[in-house]
This record gives sequence, C-alpha cells and structure tokens, in this order.
Amino acid sequence: MTFNKALIAAGVASLLAASTAQADNLVIATVNNGDMIRMQGLTSDFTDKTGHTVEWVTLEENVLRQRVTTDITTKGGAFDIMTIGMYETPIWGKNGWLVPMDDLSEEYDVDDILPAMAGGLSYEGTLYAAPFYGESSMIMYRTDLMEAAGMEMPEAPTWTFIKDAAAAMTDRDNEINGVCLRGKAGWGEGGAFITAMSNSFGARWFDEGWNAQFDTEEWANTINFFKDMMDASGPSGYATNGFNENLSLFNQGKCGMWIDATVAASFVTNPKDSTVADSVGFALAPDNGLGKRSNWLWAWALGIPAGTQKEAAAKQFIEWATSTDYIELVAANEGWANVPPGARTSLYENPNYKDVPFAKMTLDSILSADPNDSTVKPSPYVGVQFAAIPEFAGIATEVSQEFSAAYAGQQTVAEALAKAQAITNDAMEAAGYK
Amino acid sequence: MARAVTGQRKMINTLAAWSVGLLIFFPILWTILTSFKSEAQAIANPPVFFLFDWTLENYSAVQERSNYSKFLWNSIIIAGGSTLLGVLIAVPAAWSMAFVPGKRTKDILLWMLSTKMLPAVGVLYPIYLGFVKAGLLDTRVGLVIVMMLINLPIIVWMLYTYFREIPSEILEAARMDGATLRDEIIHVLTPMAIPGIASTLLLNFILAWNEAFWTLNLTAAKAAPLTAFIASYSSPEGLFFAKLSAASTMAIAPILILGWFSQKQLVRGLTFGAVK
Repeated sequence: MTFNKALIAAGVASLLAASTAQADNLVIATVNNGDMIRMQGLTSDFTDKTGHTVEWVTLEENVLRQRVTTDITTKGGAFDIMTIGMYETPIWGKNGWLVPMDDLSEEYDVDDILPAMAGGLSYEGTLYAAPFYGESSMIMYRTDLMEAAGMEMPEAPTWTFIKDAAAAMTDRDNEINGVCLRGKAGWGEGGAFITAMSNSFGARWFDEGWNAQFDTEEWANTINFFKDMMDASGPSGYATNGFNENLSLFNQGKCGMWIDATVAASFVTNPKDSTVADSVGFALAPDNGLGKRSNWLWAWALGIPAGTQKEAAAKQFIEWATSTDYIELVAANEGWANVPPGARTSLYENPNYKDVPFAKMTLDSILSADPNDSTVKPSPYVGVQFAAIPEFAGIATEVSQEFSAAYAGQQTVAEALAKAQAITNDAMEAAGYK
Repeated sequence: MARAVTGQRKMINTLAAWSVGLLIFFPILWTILTSFKSEAQAIANPPVFFLFDWTLENYSAVQERSNYSKFLWNSIIIAGGSTLLGVLIAVPAAWSMAFVPGKRTKDILLWMLSTKMLPAVGVLYPIYLGFVKAGLLDTRVGLVIVMMLINLPIIVWMLYTYFREIPSEILEAARMDGATLRDEIIHVLTPMAIPGIASTLLLNFILAWNEAFWTLNLTAAKAAPLTAFIASYSSPEGLFFAKLSAASTMAIAPILILGWFSQKQLVRGLTFGAVK
C-alpha cells in the first residue's frame, strides 16, 4: 500500500468513525393514537436519512403526562423528545424547561404552521414545541337519521337547533340517542367539553382578577342546558361517558349526533370499525349567537427537554416528523386520509387532501378557535378548553367531578356550581393568584 | 339420610365454589376472548361471547409493533431478581424476629408493614431524584432494588409467620450439636421452611411481576417490563380494546402458567399454620 493510499484509507476510516460517533439514539415519549403509531412505523425513513436511531416509549395519555412531568421537573433526562400538548407547552416554556424552537431550518418552513397552532404552542412569541397534528371539535351526525327526522343540519348550527334535532332523532325503542356528549369526570374529558361549550354561552372560568365565575348566570345556563338536553336525548349513564364510550356508541349506530374531537372523523368513517361509515355528515360545533363557538383547540406536539445531550439530533427528528415531506411519506404509504391533520397550512392547499371528506370542516373548526380570545367576556388566561396555568388541571378535575355528579343526579346543578366556585376560589387563593 | 344431606351440601358447596371462582376469573377470561375479536366485535353491544370470527390479527399487530421479548426479559429479571434478593435479606431478619425476639420486635414488624400503607406517589419525587443522582433511572438494577424494598415487609412477615411454626427446640438441639449460626439458618431452618419460602418466593414474584406504578415511572426504553408493554396499548382517544386485550393476554400468560403449575405449593404455603 502506498503512503497516499494509506492516508486516504485512514481519512475514510476516521470519517466513518466520526459519523458513527455522531449517530445518536433518541428516546421519545409519546401517546398511543393512530397518528403516533403510524409515525413509529415510518421511523426507518428518519434513520436512513440521518443515521440516528429511535426508541419509543408509548404510554396512555394521562400516564404520559405524569411521567414526562416528573422527568422534566427533576431534570431526569429519561427522554430526548416528549410528546406534549397545548396545555403544557406554554407553561413549560415559561419555566425554561423546553428548548426553544427558534432556529429551525429554512427548508422546514416554520411559517407554514397554522397560526392558531403556533400561537398555542408558544410563550411570548417563541415556539417551544412543533405541532405533529392538531385538532378541534365538531359535530359528526347521521345523515340518514337527520333526514328521517325531517331536518337539515346547517353548516354552523346553534345549540337550540342541536337540542331540537336531538329530540327529533331520539328513538328509545330502537336504542337511538339523539346526541352523545362527554359527561365523564376529568379535565381532559368532560371538563374539556363543558369548558368549550361554556364559551359559547358567554361563560368564563375567571374574571380579570382571577375570581371564579361559577356563580354567574352563564354557567348556570350552560350546565342546565347540557343536563336537560342529555337527560331527554342522551344515552343512559352519559355522566360516565368519555371519548371512547361515545365513539363506541356512534360506531354501533346508537347516536344521532356526536360533538367531539375532529380526529374522530377518521374513525367513524372507517367501514372496518363503523357500522354507519357511509352516512356520516360534519358541521361546525354549535354556538349561541354570542360570537363564540363551542369548539376547542388542541395539538399534540414534539418538544425537547432543556438539558438534553442530544439536542441537535432531537431537532433533526422533530423537523423530519413535522415536515411536509413526512406528510407526503404518510400519504404515499397509508393514503391522504391518514396524514396527520391540523398542523400545516399547505396541507389544506394540497389538491389531494381536499378530497378527504372531513378535511375542510377540520380546518374551519381549527380556524374558528382562538386560544388568546376564547371567551365572550374578557379573561386573563390563554386556552380554549383549559386555562394555561399550572393549577388548572387539578382544579378542573375536581370541578368536573362535581358536574358529573350533577349529571348523574347525585346533586343539583346549583349545588355542583356552588362547590365548583368554592373549589376554584380556594385553590386560586392558595396558589397566590388573589 | 345423613349421607344424602352431606352429599347435597357438598354439591351446593362445590357449585358455590365454582361460581365464585368463575366470577373472579371472568375478567381474565373476557380479556382473553376479546383478544381474538376484531375491534368492532370487541365493542359490540350486546357483547358476543364465543360466536364470533376468531382472529389472530391482534396478536400479529402487537408482535409487529412491539418487541415483546425485550419486555418479557425485563419482567423476568426485575421480578426474579427482586424476589431472590428480598428472600436473601428477609431470611436472617425473620429468623432473628422469630427466635430471638427483642422488646421492640412486634413494633418493628408493625412499622415495617406500615410502610405499605403510604401511597406510593407520596415518595415518587424523592425516589426519582435519588435514581437520577445515582444513574439508576431506566435500569433493571434500579428496579430490582426498588421492587425488593417494596416487597420486603411482606416477605419478612410471611417468613416470620412460617418460622414461628418451627419449634425452637430443634434449633437449640442443632446449637448443642455444635452448629454455627450460619449452619443453623442454612442447614436446619431453611430446609424445614422450604414450603413457606417457596410460597413466599412465588407470591412475591407475582406481586413484582404485576407492579405497575414504579415500573411505569422509573423506566423508559431500556428497562421497561410487561406493565409498560400493556400501558402502551391503552388509549383514551381510539378504540383499541382488542389489541389491548391481546397485549394484556401476552403479559399475563407467563404468570398464569406459573401460577397454574405451582398452585399446590402456593395454597400449601399460604395456609401454612392457618389451622391449629
């Protein structure tokens, strides 16, 4: 071997060694849902492109929330990337627990992220997590039952219409409930629904001085309307029904209408799982003529815990997973109906995606929710179905338990509201807001 | 006549025992049945029991998505390691409490048991921080230590109960024959308490296998056992009950088989000293 050849061989060997040394193994904590599982199946594309490998830790949503919160508050370093929601991101960003996403590459096109999503995942204008997919809520209804009831669903109905339609569609003898809604306790279950609904009734959680507002007429109207409608036209035991219970009822043809997450659209229109897949229509979540609709806004996003040793590789992964190229990759492998929705503007300009039946309604729903201006009267918090303060999850869980007890008839609506008022004011006082 | 009454009573008792047994076993049976259904059949109302299109697609989907053998291996190491370590520590501890009790032995035993009354989440942060500092997060060694500590009070209590049944005169005789303390515990006490030690091992292996709070909170990708495997199939947004059932069946199958083959020892050990 000549000296030159030996030099070149040594150079190549050291380059290979260097590239091997730079290849990281990323540990990613995520939730178990269709879009995330699909991403896990396509991870080899990322590894082929970058050399980095990925290990997934998939957990149920509430377990994940507890697990990543423990890890980030103790700087445990168990994860290089965390799947977090719109509730945690601004709070954790404010606390300096997340790496800011302010240096994403030009090709990534950060301006393509839907403004509502970018706004909800930012703190003081800095993005702290990139949205993997976004969702709002909307009405899914049975077109055949609506026709049989002699009614026609407007594109943007009112609550009064929904109540009337629910009564007209209800057929107890044939186990058909006019409307199925979440009544289950939990801030992310029934708590999220009733908060979004209360926005359209002019209610709010707090006034500008962080005083609880459950003693107002708006909240009484919200809960009374919900309970009256569900008692008359909802399924039995609705006080314990959440997303999955209602999905199950709808897919078995036992709900005339279901108002819930836009992500459910792909489930109820899938003939493999749904017995009513060919007769589902969509409409915007109802309003009450007060200028605010009752739809929420949520995103599952990917964030990097501050202090990770693998920040560069983690950012590479996030750019890959939330890019337009990834959307194309999913479309090529699984079809356009299965691409992660609600994160990028360009997706809704794509002619291929326009054929997906629920695409337009999903976008319209997302665009009609503004986390910075979600209530009729002014409020001091950011968030549509939540208030982005650390105390909210605990308070809202307790409050939703009181509401569920009222739905179940264990106490009156007035009693539940009085307890909610006391719980919230006590907690806010203890936390130093007042 | 007396025989007829006895026979009738026996039949009623047998029927009652089978009914209670089936009632207790029903959730497991239902999980196993659901694992062979499609997702649509899994949520069917009224539910279908046996007359459905049996399928293995959930098992293949779970196998395709998860590395089952990695989770299984972690479960075996964590449950087995913590149980063995716990028994090694508990045998001398239980010996001293049973045969050379002090003034405070009863208090110590109660204090040990009282640690089981504290909600686990109450000490999550101190233990998590300790794990971070010691570099034990997401390691099997860390989990073995924690699981051993969690189950140690039960192991000590069980062994203490078994040892109390052994006449102390036998140990005194061994001592008079010149047996050292080590000989006394290893060659005299342990062989006599084999049924009790075996049932303690089995019960604590099962407890460690099924423990979910610490195994979910102290692991990530490397040391996660089968409890994390099950948790990865649970979802509040999406109906994946059939796949969740398949994952659950795969996770409980080893322990069900172990329990089935060792039920005689388990019952013998658990009822040891119960009837005098």
